[in-house]
Amino acid sequence: MRTLFFLLRKEFLQIFRDKLILRVIFVMPIIQLIVLPNAANFEMKNISLSVVDRDHSEYSRKLINKFTSSGYFRLTDVSSTYEKALESIEKDKADLIIEIPQGFERDLIRENQSKMMISANAINGQTSGLAVSYSNAIIKDFNNDIRVEWIQQPRLNPFPVIEITSSNWFNPKMNYKYFIVPGVLALLVTLVGFLLTSLNIVKEKEMGTIEQLNVSPIKKYQFILGKLIPFWILGLVVLTIGSMVSLIFYGIFPSGSFFLIYLFAAIYLIALLGFGLLTSTFAETQQQAMFISYFFMMTFILLGGLFAPIENMPDWARYLTYINPVSYFIDVMRMIILKGSGMADLLKHFGIISLFAVVFNVTAILHYKKTI
Amino acid sequence: MKQLMVFIRKEFHHILRDPRSLLVLLGMPIVQLLIFGFAITNETRNTNIAVLDNAKDQSTQNIITRIESSRYFDIDRTLNTNGQIEHAFKTGKIKVAVIFQPDFQNELAHANKAQIQIITDATDPNQATTLANYISAIVMDYQSEQNQQNNLPYTINTEMRMLYNPELKGAYSSVPGVMGMILLLISAMMTSISIVKEKELGTMEILLVSPMKPALVIVSKVIPYFVVSLINVVTILLLSVFVLGMPIQGNIILLITVTILYIICALSLGLLISTITNSQQAAMLVSLLGLMLPVVMLSGYAFPIANMPIVLQVLSNIVPAKWYIIMVKSVMIKGLGFAGVWKEALIIIAMTVFFIFVSIKKFKIRLS
Amino acid sequence: MNKNEIVIKTDKLTKKFGDFVAANEITFEVYKGEIFGFLGANGAGKTTAMKMLIGISKPSFGKANIAGFDIYKETEKIKKSIGYMSQKFSLYEDLTIRENIQFFGGVYGLNDNEIVSAGNKLIDKLGLHDEADKLVGSLPLGWKQKLSFSIAILHNPKIVFLDEPTGGVDPITRRQFWDMIYEAADNGITVFVTTHYMDEAEYCHRVSIMVDGVIKALDSPEQLKKHYNAESMDEVFLMLARSAKRGE
Repeated sequence: MRTLFFLLRKEFLQIFRDKLILRVIFVMPIIQLIVLPNAANFEMKNISLSVVDRDHSEYSRKLINKFTSSGYFRLTDVSSTYEKALESIEKDKADLIIEIPQGFERDLIRENQSKMMISANAINGQTSGLAVSYSNAIIKDFNNDIRVEWIQQPRLNPFPVIEITSSNWFNPKMNYKYFIVPGVLALLVTLVGFLLTSLNIVKEKEMGTIEQLNVSPIKKYQFILGKLIPFWILGLVVLTIGSMVSLIFYGIFPSGSFFLIYLFAAIYLIALLGFGLLTSTFAETQQQAMFISYFFMMTFILLGGLFAPIENMPDWARYLTYINPVSYFIDVMRMIILKGSGMADLLKHFGIISLFAVVFNVTAILHYKKTI
Repeated sequence: MKQLMVFIRKEFHHILRDPRSLLVLLGMPIVQLLIFGFAITNETRNTNIAVLDNAKDQSTQNIITRIESSRYFDIDRTLNTNGQIEHAFKTGKIKVAVIFQPDFQNELAHANKAQIQIITDATDPNQATTLANYISAIVMDYQSEQNQQNNLPYTINTEMRMLYNPELKGAYSSVPGVMGMILLLISAMMTSISIVKEKELGTMEILLVSPMKPALVIVSKVIPYFVVSLINVVTILLLSVFVLGMPIQGNIILLITVTILYIICALSLGLLISTITNSQQAAMLVSLLGLMLPVVMLSGYAFPIANMPIVLQVLSNIVPAKWYIIMVKSVMIKGLGFAGVWKEALIIIAMTVFFIFVSIKKFKIRLS
Repeated sequence: MNKNEIVIKTDKLTKKFGDFVAANEITFEVYKGEIFGFLGANGAGKTTAMKMLIGISKPSFGKANIAGFDIYKETEKIKKSIGYMSQKFSLYEDLTIRENIQFFGGVYGLNDNEIVSAGNKLIDKLGLHDEADKLVGSLPLGWKQKLSFSIAILHNPKIVFLDEPTGGVDPITRRQFWDMIYEAADNGITVFVTTHYMDEAEYCHRVSIMVDGVIKALDSPEQLKKHYNAESMDEVFLMLARSAKRGE
């Protein structure tokens, strides 16, 4: 116990001595948490619109009006030909072109149907898909307006109609920030904890101080605990500050229990730090440790479901997420904070993360040798 | 010149002597691109949903069959009560529940009206909207078939053109994004760490008292990483053309040229980081923790810049990756020439000059 | 020195790395309070042998007994009874002198009072009052080495192992360093030291000279000089080391 106390004091002294690192692990995540989630927004509000109106009729003007007053589109370009409009897409001045051909109004009234064209910059398939579906809805709406104008609608609906109502649970206002903030927080806690531990033992190797420890009567488990506990505490501190930031800046208060978040985070950090230590015992130099942890962090994070749903992944990638501790943490954070999931709902997550904790740490202790 | 070669060779020896790191440096882009190209997608598929059929008649059966046969959804048949559904949402087992009103078919036939309720897990609002839309579309489809009412009067037919990416492949936005991210992170991280390492081990002094100019010492440290980055670029391009099926529309030489400008920019950012940090640990934390999320989130790659609040739109301008990604899209996908990218290229050059200028200033302050 | 009490005893201690025999059947004894010089050219196997004795490298075969404990079964007990100062400076440079003392004192099981009193004595003796709360990294090399040694014997070990302790240190500091070694030996601490400086070898009670993994000679400096008919230890060393086949 006493030996452990001295090890811990030493680690804390070293951590608090480096003011730059201290700033990096506390201030940087906080600023990022305050700033970055605001960037995450899939609600399209300012789709730049280029219009080619070759009809110049009342209807074509009404239709364009409908687009610009919808709130989704912003008219940034009016061109006389399609080719010119295409140029504004090339220059990123427009995302979407609507082209209304000559005779649009006349055909619609006389021939009962008419044609128009929508061209979208589809480099980003997802946003262009949204832009196109917004415009379809607007056109459909416009179309209905015209029918109402020309056809005397019977009072009772002659056709059977299926009414679809939808309700959105857990996040009724569909606030994307509620989704992204817990995820980003989970990510920042992970990065801080993992990067610090994975470098720590290697640093002692590189500096030669580890030899001095190896000839001392320090036990293996004391050594590993002495390395784990400080970063475990730091991780929980970052989590606490981050939770306060989420509350103050985003008004996010967990619908589940705080205690459960901490309990899970505590076990998760043990698992994560164990993995960091394992990396550290494998690497010879800090540089090597950094590259290895960069590799794992990137892969874990990308497959962690922060930005894109795990359900959408192909099978091989989904199987990979089963062994990805980060994805469990992100998932649990969201479940407790947004859904108010309780212990009974999270048994699987708790079980798996505990298993990770045991496996990583036992391997790290076994792999760390005091002898050469 | 000969001295420079000696130094460069020394740096290459450092890198080649450590196969583990080299594997990460060269393998990382491949792994990342494959993950982005194949795994990270917003295309819905195989999403678990629950259906609560309170009617169990012909109509509801038909609709359920349609939902099930779409590639988007897998129905979890074990969930049959309201209580079970709530629990399934809380454990994350399902993302959507579809509830049919009792006596569905009768109501539809006689009252001309029947109800379906869709409940979504709106934790991820984006996903929730998409899923609800898919289900609505399936139901609407069924309904219009039943009504046999396809030829409404006064119909506007819309013709859709998806420019540049008619199949809406994810790779078209992920390849430029991954290039922007990886080249910046790897280059900045590698340079800053390798320079700080010499500082930390005290070997920097030895290099600086050698007859070489300090600037050349730095150049020689950076060149090997420049080469590594170039190899990465080639791998990424080969993969995206042959594995992800994304051809290069524009001039490949122009593409390589702007990429080289970007790599130099990233390397000089690494140089700047090395002048403000004193340990490898700090250099790594700054370059990974400090760059990763901002680059992903503000470069316009994960989220469209136009949707961001004004402050962030302005802030996104200082992210070099933003400009590079625009250039890659212009050249690689739109097939534009030099005239289409010179502004962005100029901005990247200006950033590079700025980084180098500040680094030199910081460096001089320390020496004096 | 007490010839009746043996604190290090090895019997055919051997370390192989694959086919390479780094230390070949090393057999010797060291007495309590003795200053034992362990010499050899670079690559002769000194460091390998020493690492086996301090318990951070497992021997391939052979026997050894350190401070009364078996080298295979009782390494943890050995670690409590020895001190070690490595070739590479290995105190924490980002901790102050006092913090280093507290840490290593604590790790070796000293209680709080002992740490304070031993620490104060150490700081007094080295005259480091003004520097006690400065970072170790900012000290000149000579001071660092003296500090390392003092901390290695802080817990009053039976044996202290010194791996080239005076490398890169000026002659005056080296002299002072050896005064500290004599003082430790007078207090009953056995000193096991490797060095490249042959004038330092003359200060030892007995020296062994290792060539190509084998101990070629072992005796007091006087006896060795007599036996090899040499003026100085330098000559003795050159005579033996010249036969080495292993380069650096």
